[in-house]
Amino acid sequence: MREVAVIGVSMIKFGRYPDRDVSQLAAQAGHEALTDAGVEMKTIEALYSGNLYQTSGSGQRILQQLGQTGIPVVNVANACATGSTAFREAYFAIASGAYDIVMALGSEQMGKQGLLGSRGDPATSLEGRVGSYMMPAVFGMAGMEHSKQYGTQPEHFALASVKNHYHSTQNRLAQYQKESPLDEVMNGRMIAYPNTLLMCCPTGDGAAAAILCSMDKARQYTTQPIKVAASVLTSDPWTDRDLSLPDINTLTKNAAKIAYETAGIGPEDLSQVELHDCFATAELLHYENLGLCEEGMAGKHVASGAPWIGNKIPTKYQEDVAPFQDKTYKPKTTTVVNASGGLLSKGHPLGATGVANIAEIVWHLRGQAGARQVEGSKIGMAHVIGLCSACTLNVLQK
Amino acid sequence: MAETVAAPEIRPLVPHLRIGATREEDYLFGSKCSTCGAMYAGPRLFCGKCSASGPFEEVKFGRDAEVHVFTIIHQATPYVKAPYVAAIVDLPEGVSINTNIEVDPKPENVKFGMKLKMYTEKASEDKEGNTYIAYRYRPA
Ligand SMILES: [Zn+2]
Repeated sequence: MREVAVIGVSMIKFGRYPDRDVSQLAAQAGHEALTDAGVEMKTIEALYSGNLYQTSGSGQRILQQLGQTGIPVVNVANACATGSTAFREAYFAIASGAYDIVMALGSEQMGKQGLLGSRGDPATSLEGRVGSYMMPAVFGMAGMEHSKQYGTQPEHFALASVKNHYHSTQNRLAQYQKESPLDEVMNGRMIAYPNTLLMCCPTGDGAAAAILCSMDKARQYTTQPIKVAASVLTSDPWTDRDLSLPDINTLTKNAAKIAYETAGIGPEDLSQVELHDCFATAELLHYENLGLCEEGMAGKHVASGAPWIGNKIPTKYQEDVAPFQDKTYKPKTTTVVNASGGLLSKGHPLGATGVANIAEIVWHLRGQAGARQVEGSKIGMAHVIGLCSACTLNVLQK
Repeated sequence: MAETVAAPEIRPLVPHLRIGATREEDYLFGSKCSTCGAMYAGPRLFCGKCSASGPFEEVKFGRDAEVHVFTIIHQATPYVKAPYVAAIVDLPEGVSINTNIEVDPKPENVKFGMKLKMYTEKASEDKEGNTYIAYRYRPA
């Protein structure tokens, strides 16, 4: 297998584009990634297009906008891990030697349709009659498993929202760039306990793209190629309750083990992680799943300041956070989590998400992240999870 | 040709519920893998744990369960009254299932490990007049 580099990335501002077609949003992202890489469309040898709602033909429609060069197009759908799975297919296309330079693209247009819509014929739907199967229920209950095991309080989960909303204020591409102090998060409208509205990611429209190239050719295009040190995909193995409550932990732990072995690093080597905070509860679970803190310590970890940009709680929030801190807690890592503002602020246009968080890591590794720059970032990881269930991890290295 | 109109039926809303002559005779059932012992709610063709193609032993479940985890759904799908408690409950037979818990929907009213009893009731009716029966749990 050959070394693979990312030589260009892009992300359009996530939000609502009622006057644009999804293929136009995607083409815009593709064009910006080509410009970033200094590559023309005619150089691209294959396209891997992630889109969940348009499982067929999304990539071809993008090329109708961007340039119909006749290259192979593979359309990818893999729940919320759609974009990151497209990226991984692109990675293997280069690593295997099949191609030298390809594009991975993620796009989605969700309109006002959220994650709360009804399913199927109301007469025979189980939803709300035999439990709840929608995302807010799954991630509410996943958080409650952590509370049951470790006594984690709703405020601990809420701190992930306070942090990520704080980070988003420096990201002009985020759908929302608004801070939310702890009491505002806690007093927000309840969606599914313990997640309030400000602990749920917004849905919307968006697109992101990446140009991947073999490392030996990368320096023709850039002085800062970013190495893909690992690209991992897992599905959920059989666990006791997985068929009733999707187990988002085991497949992430499995992916992390493979990613760290492949990249030859440990979690303490990660300068930063963009992880799948679709709900605030999920962020804390993934601290442990990715080995950023010890089992059961996620609440203490977020309150310690370690995963915040600058590795400390901003002065204005110190009083709010103090009651939830353990002064004796020593963070295992100082890995900054979701410097972009995370899905909680940035938005979550399903197919676009997995490529967008790779773009975020690349900007930091190049030192181009502006006021939210993680100082001296050397290795970053992008994590995505889709139900039920796919987990991708992409480790990127300067 | 005379059209025959099927008489409305009473049907289970989920495949792991079997309907009796009265609601007291309704019961949940599962399938136990004879190779590895894994228990599933409802019928099963293959075992997701060990990949065996059976045979599966059908097991009739009792009405007892306890709370594994729960959430309180405040923003529900349009035809469902909110808030309500949605939960994963563990059955002593060795399986976990999704359910609603019939209780005043406040976090302090549901405890991890709380003992529950199953009951069934009409959940819905389709355009042909068929009735669908669902199971729920309430504190024991
Ligand atoms: Zn088995």
